[in-house]
Amino acid sequence: MSGSHAAFDLGTLDRLSQGTSPIHRLDPRAKLLATLAFVVAVVSLDKYAVADLLPFFLFPALILARSGVSFRFVARKVALVAPFAILVGVFNPLFDQTVVLRVGEVGVTGGWLSFASILLRFALTVGALLLLVATTGVPALGRAAERLGTPSVFVMQILGLYRYLFLLVGESQRTLRAYRLRSADGGRPAWRIFAQILGQLLLRAVARARRVHEAMLCRGFDGELRLIGTLRFTGRDWAFLTLWTSAFVALRFLHPAEMLGALVTGGGQ
Amino acid sequence: MHMADALLSPEVGGAMWMATGATIAIASRKLKRDTDHSHVPLMGVVGAFVFAAQMVNFTIPGTGSSGHFAGGMLLAILLGPHAAFLSMASVLVVQGLFFADGGLLAMGANIFNMGFLPCYVVYPLLYRPLAGGRADPGRRRVAAWLGAVAALQLGALGVVLETRASGIAELPLFAFLAAMQPIHLAIGIVEGLITVAVIEFVARAEPGMLTALPPAAVPSSVPGFPKRALAGLAILAIVVGGFFSWLASAHPDGLEWSIARLTGEAELAQPQDGPHGLAARIQEAVAFLPDYAFPASGTAESAADKEAGGWITPDAGTTVSGLVGGGLTLLIAGFAGWALRRRSSSPASPTT
Repeated sequence: MSGSHAAFDLGTLDRLSQGTSPIHRLDPRAKLLATLAFVVAVVSLDKYAVADLLPFFLFPALILARSGVSFRFVARKVALVAPFAILVGVFNPLFDQTVVLRVGEVGVTGGWLSFASILLRFALTVGALLLLVATTGVPALGRAAERLGTPSVFVMQILGLYRYLFLLVGESQRTLRAYRLRSADGGRPAWRIFAQILGQLLLRAVARARRVHEAMLCRGFDGELRLIGTLRFTGRDWAFLTLWTSAFVALRFLHPAEMLGALVTGGGQ
Repeated sequence: MHMADALLSPEVGGAMWMATGATIAIASRKLKRDTDHSHVPLMGVVGAFVFAAQMVNFTIPGTGSSGHFAGGMLLAILLGPHAAFLSMASVLVVQGLFFADGGLLAMGANIFNMGFLPCYVVYPLLYRPLAGGRADPGRRRVAAWLGAVAALQLGALGVVLETRASGIAELPLFAFLAAMQPIHLAIGIVEGLITVAVIEFVARAEPGMLTALPPAAVPSSVPGFPKRALAGLAILAIVVGGFFSWLASAHPDGLEWSIARLTGEAELAQPQDGPHGLAARIQEAVAFLPDYAFPASGTAESAADKEAGGWITPDAGTTVSGLVGGGLTLLIAGFAGWALRRRSSSPASPTT
């Protein structure tokens, strides 16, 4: 992932999270807990599960529809981060060659099934997480995490990082562009030059932190950051959370794909 | 070096989250007790710095490939273990949220691999004893370099072990290790050089900074820490080991499988009685998700099934009718989303 591209994506996600759709308006805690339940339900399925994973696409599909986030955006981001899972999973067909399923004459090995399962899991978990961020935003998620019991020091750290993220990413992009304009090949810096760029950035970051601290002291900072804005868990949020969580439990244990398939194909295996 | 949800089992993901969550709580309490509050903005800004630095790729000499900076060791040296751990954890959380590096469940494992290991294992057990006080810059350089290399090696090892223990990927342990460790050795060597170079750069450009930063390598600020770290590690090892051994008993070891296949031996026919039978029965009794186990877990049963010529796994939803039904539900999901989107006039947010 090239730097400028990643920085561009940062801004896009942040902008998306400021939308006003019904999904955006839900309490961040409801969305966070529902997504967590979704991820646990998905990864707890058997490693050969393929059919059972497919109904789970209902959740991201409906969130996508209700929130107005573009499908292309999510799909592209999922594809961007896929290589590691693919690289590790692609060995499954090699090491697990037991035939577990026959479709006509063709035998499907366990390895191929589990590889397909890994890809589906990947699309589901990463897609759901991206939708959570795109419809909630990091600051709101931080507040939700704090209300759910995360130590406030850590939440402050996340919010502080987020506050300066765009600034410092912009600064590093400018420094890098300056390097490219002045270097012969204009490519990636060698590690020695990279270390110097990094050192510069670090010095500036620490100097900035000192100024920020002084400004905070001027405004009466006593070691405690106070968050403005309250979260209200309404009936809508309860409905969203309980309905989806029970749906995940049902999808996880009732094997609806099997039932529907049996209905359609006449009950045979 | 990010774990992904897709490769994790809920047990391993949950165990890693528990370890990480406990460490976050402890580190937060330690920092809260600190009377000097200048670390609050410092950690935030320096965390953002690491985040920004990770987005720049550099060339790994001799290979032509590129890597990016991890920064765990640099932070530990600059900020001390607790602040560095929280900074690293926040970087990984925001990264996980934004770039979907890993996922929600894998976040615990990622923070453990890239935050806990450098800050609470490598820093107190390797860097501090090697670097000694801050009198000798030569020793400090060697310690920082070795620390960065060790941190990356441990992190890569963590990824391999967590993936293996989850049992989703089939890649044998040794093949996986042989792939991961050398790659991360190369990256670690460069990471170490960069860490040393950055510290030297800062020391030259602004000599006061290394000593002015709050807990920077001041030996007295973490009294008796290694002992506590060891105690914590021991507890962690027991917890994680307990989970792993439970997993190992529930899932067949991929390595044994492949060895058995290589040597042409059939699956070990285990006697129904005796310790194995007992273990299987206990396992049956305590399994809280009975249909979660895939056929190979009941060893005796699956051996029989396999001899009968390939097993069918109705519960895993891998039958033909299951696939047909799954495809149908996917269509339904897609259609529902499409229809809802056309109907709802929710203001579409800007798209790419």
